[in-house]
Amino acid sequence: MLKDFAEYLTYSVIKLEHGSRLADVLEFFVYDTLKIFLLLSVIIFVVSIIRSYFPPEKTKKMLSHKKEFIGNVLAALLGIVTPFCSCSAVPLFIGFVEAGVPLGVTFSFLISSPMVNEIAVVLLWGLFGWKITAIYISTGLLVSIIAGLIIGRLRLEKWVEEYVYRIRTGQGQEVSKQAFRERLQYARWNTGDILKKVWLYIIAATGIGGFIHGYVPQDFLVRYAGPQNPFAVPVAVALGVPLYSNAAGVIPIVYALMEKGLSTGTVLAFMMAVTALSLPEMIILRKVLKVPLLAVFAGIMTVTIIVVGYLFNAIL
Amino acid sequence: MEIKVLGPGCANCHKMEETARAAVKELGIAATIEKISDMQEILKYTMSTPGLVVNGKLKHSGKPLPPVAKVKALLKEEA
Repeated sequence: MLKDFAEYLTYSVIKLEHGSRLADVLEFFVYDTLKIFLLLSVIIFVVSIIRSYFPPEKTKKMLSHKKEFIGNVLAALLGIVTPFCSCSAVPLFIGFVEAGVPLGVTFSFLISSPMVNEIAVVLLWGLFGWKITAIYISTGLLVSIIAGLIIGRLRLEKWVEEYVYRIRTGQGQEVSKQAFRERLQYARWNTGDILKKVWLYIIAATGIGGFIHGYVPQDFLVRYAGPQNPFAVPVAVALGVPLYSNAAGVIPIVYALMEKGLSTGTVLAFMMAVTALSLPEMIILRKVLKVPLLAVFAGIMTVTIIVVGYLFNAIL
Repeated sequence: MEIKVLGPGCANCHKMEETARAAVKELGIAATIEKISDMQEILKYTMSTPGLVVNGKLKHSGKPLPPVAKVKALLKEEA
């Protein structure tokens, strides 16, 4: 249906010639933009309702004094459904530590939460299909679990800022139980909020994507960034680090690049780097973590993400 | 009425404070609005910022931020 509309607009309303590059670009742009906005609205709305049942306070209680491994798996899974934004990373971290959530388990949560976020998932699904999305989610969980396990085993508690251990806060409060109608209301606000924040990026990115789709030769990237190039994955990861929180704007461009020969493993590694390895989040976490722990964290993440990239380039 | 806005100082926390001030003004009630950025104090109530505390009770936490109309309703509950 959206495809029909994009065709109708391109050939009947604007009357571009069939098969011309410009028509190609426009059709791609209109179709992708509509599809992404539709998917985003529906899924953010649904995810917001689900998340309203998983406040961080509940997650904290579930993870408190959990054993290694089981704790890491649970933390990675809860990372998907617990609402979290990097601006509350500090209170969340302190709250977890104080409640006796082990450091490695806390990290599994902190990694999975931004990496498996709804915007990235929606966009991957809409553009690449459910298979790649499923691969992305499961490897995202795996990366969070493994990185958390390693950090836990290294016993790095000494590199957490001392004041964190001194804070005593007690249980905290919970906002009184929400009626379902209220949850719907919050979900609507959240959807509006996020769309307001990302719409411009999406339009710009699908525009650039459309341009690449129409004007860049089919095998342009195969030579530079195909599976044969051993540097493609690390370069993609390095490019992903400064692009934090712009998953919405990044994916349509990546999609067009993939069409031109960028391989799947490289794309997945890039996406993970964008969402999970971000400079601004590191700066925020510096308030609770000493530099060596941040460095270990970044190092482990970089290595795991690069391994994931190579692995999928080899098997897909 | 005693209102506390909890937040370490991010953009959302400033917005929450503005919304609270607007709500108080529209309701025409007497209220003190205090901005709390001390972690120890914030964590007494919640881990998700921004938070809104009215007379010692947590009325909102985290994102999305409630609009003025919603904050007015939350304040009325405690009035």
